[in-house]
Amino acid sequence: MKFGIVTFPGSNCDYDAYRAVVEALGEEAEFLWHKNHDLRDADVVILPGGFSYGDYLRPGAIARFSPIMTEVISHARRGAPVLAICNGFQIACEAGLLPGALLRNAGLKFVCQFVGLRVENAATMFTNRYRAGQTISIPIAHGDGRFTAADETLTRLEGDGQVVFRYVGGRGGQEEGWSPNGSMRAIAGIVNAEGNVLGMMPHPERAVDPLLGSGDGVGLFESVLATVAA
Amino acid sequence: MTRFRVSLHITPRHGLLDPQGKAVADALHTLGFAAVRDVHVGRYVVVEVDAADPAAAEREVRAMCERLLANPVTEDFAVASVEAAA
Repeated sequence: MKFGIVTFPGSNCDYDAYRAVVEALGEEAEFLWHKNHDLRDADVVILPGGFSYGDYLRPGAIARFSPIMTEVISHARRGAPVLAICNGFQIACEAGLLPGALLRNAGLKFVCQFVGLRVENAATMFTNRYRAGQTISIPIAHGDGRFTAADETLTRLEGDGQVVFRYVGGRGGQEEGWSPNGSMRAIAGIVNAEGNVLGMMPHPERAVDPLLGSGDGVGLFESVLATVAA
Repeated sequence: MTRFRVSLHITPRHGLLDPQGKAVADALHTLGFAAVRDVHVGRYVVVEVDAADPAAAEREVRAMCERLLANPVTEDFAVASVEAAA
């Protein structure tokens, strides 16, 4: 199975994603330059983290018009998997692949730490290797991660099982509703209505080896692999 | 065609948490500006555009706001002025 990892000017987690796929998962990966109109037969597209176009205007606002996004959007519309991490999540929202927006963290500070995530839906193509309700440890690193959407959108997301990951914890406790960035309903990751586009602020590609602090992110890549290979 | 300077304000949607505005309001209170009730920090954008007349220039810039300059989910925009560019 082949993963295509889009490199925008300012992407900085593309290589982490590459290593997660090639080393932790043992699958093929290829970088896709944002100016090209070719996904190189990738089965799964990863929009990686970083600061595409220097976050000018709004994070993701310019990158969504990169040439390759036309192909990424067609790939998503065909029902093929797109994994949008951090800046990739911001780009996916700006491109209309996912609802809502990611705004400046409520605390105004860049947050870089491990967080607990509760798997709210373990039936998606990205989470079938986890158990529903399981808490996993995944790092975050962002300044604009406050998930925001209209009330009716939030209600629809919750009702349709599109909320995939929610922040849990806080300082040492199991504080319901806590988030490191002020996200509405403590939402850390969502899928689109069709379930083939996942956007999440935390970085599963940085949690693929206990040596890095956590290996909990591997399950996400294994889930996609199991789905696409089936 | 005439060149117009179209100025616009883009602000966080009213009712959404605006931590930057709140931080500035708190700082103003600290400085003694006790009458400050609320602050909203947004963006001021000037677009120079060639158009047949001011109305056409404004229409064009509004379309730009809807497509790119403002995020329809979280921001509002208002055209502040349309004037002939020098």
